[in-house]
Amino acid sequence: MSALAHVFEQAGLATVGLSIMRGQAERARPPRMLHVEFPLGRPLGRPGDAAFQHRVLAAALALLERTDVPVLEDFGETIVEDGDTPLACALPPRHDPALPPALDELNGLLPAWRRRFEATGRTQVVRFGVDALPGLVRHLVTIADGGPWEDTGLEPAALGRVAVDLRAFYEEVALELAAHTPAARQSESWLYRDTEMGALLRRVHAALRAAEAPRPAWSPYLPVGQPPA
Amino acid sequence: MSSDAELRRTYEGVDAYDFGTTAATVAPPLAGARVAIVTTAGLQADGTGHWDLGQGFVTLPADARDLQLAHVSVNFDRTGLLADLNVAYPADRLDELAARGVIGSVATNHLAFMGAQTDHTLTTLRLDTGPAAARQLLDDGVDVVLLTPV
Repeated sequence: MSALAHVFEQAGLATVGLSIMRGQAERARPPRMLHVEFPLGRPLGRPGDAAFQHRVLAAALALLERTDVPVLEDFGETIVEDGDTPLACALPPRHDPALPPALDELNGLLPAWRRRFEATGRTQVVRFGVDALPGLVRHLVTIADGGPWEDTGLEPAALGRVAVDLRAFYEEVALELAAHTPAARQSESWLYRDTEMGALLRRVHAALRAAEAPRPAWSPYLPVGQPPA
Repeated sequence: MSSDAELRRTYEGVDAYDFGTTAATVAPPLAGARVAIVTTAGLQADGTGHWDLGQGFVTLPADARDLQLAHVSVNFDRTGLLADLNVAYPADRLDELAARGVIGSVATNHLAFMGAQTDHTLTTLRLDTGPAAARQLLDDGVDVVLLTPV
């Protein structure tokens, strides 16, 4: 982002940016940056809090008056959230013992996902789509049990995107079930630490690493900070 | 150590291209400025949800809200953005600032790049896609760019 600031300023555009990694801004020396010590992924601070977001924007835009560049200022408020503590979120009881646990759980959560989708008209489950998820989960179970990942017919990056769609599904379910916006990464921790799907994703990560699959295949299966299988 | 603290410790020391000097364009008074968002969140509006543009960029109509997070990294909170796009892409907040006269106007389009590029020289961005994005913004009369990461 700092490189874009340099390029844009050279072209005649005035820029101001939000910095989330202070050390990077210090070294790259873009002209005007407001450093925000907020959870990664939330550079405006608080979802659903327009007043807070406007305070951040006002502090950033005020830097446009500065000519003593490079300017790197700190926003006056910080947000520290305990994302390692999973969201408290009820899971459906086991319904069909004949199904792999993660697939049974996914089926049980589908009504909640559909409620949210119908209410918002939007979803991030777009790489394969929600209807493809059961079949993809069966592929993952095979991989976790030692089957060759190549048999999925997916190229490595596409195999990695299966994890992204599943995570999006669970995070949208979490928003529906919790009825509030969880603290940063709490729903991720719920997925990886409390659910059958999280256990499966961790096992797939381990299996793909053991099979020496390319990085794009395994990397999305385990975010930094979540426990490996 | 929290996940975010671990990530910040790991990535704060990543190499940055040295531009030598810091160019600075004087901004016009905000009340008359035309403002665009350029985010490095890897947002898209095409429904695919994955980024195959490398250091390229995507044009986002300023009124588009059904956007997909195509950033390749899974190492940041995504739920905030699912709940409220403005937490990383403050398009509604910018519209409100324009309606209140704090800024002059909002650009026709905003732009999205994807951060966390593995090529830290960013040659394509510096020499090709970045200048092309700047031209597109200038052609729309943009004066000020708000840069947002994720």
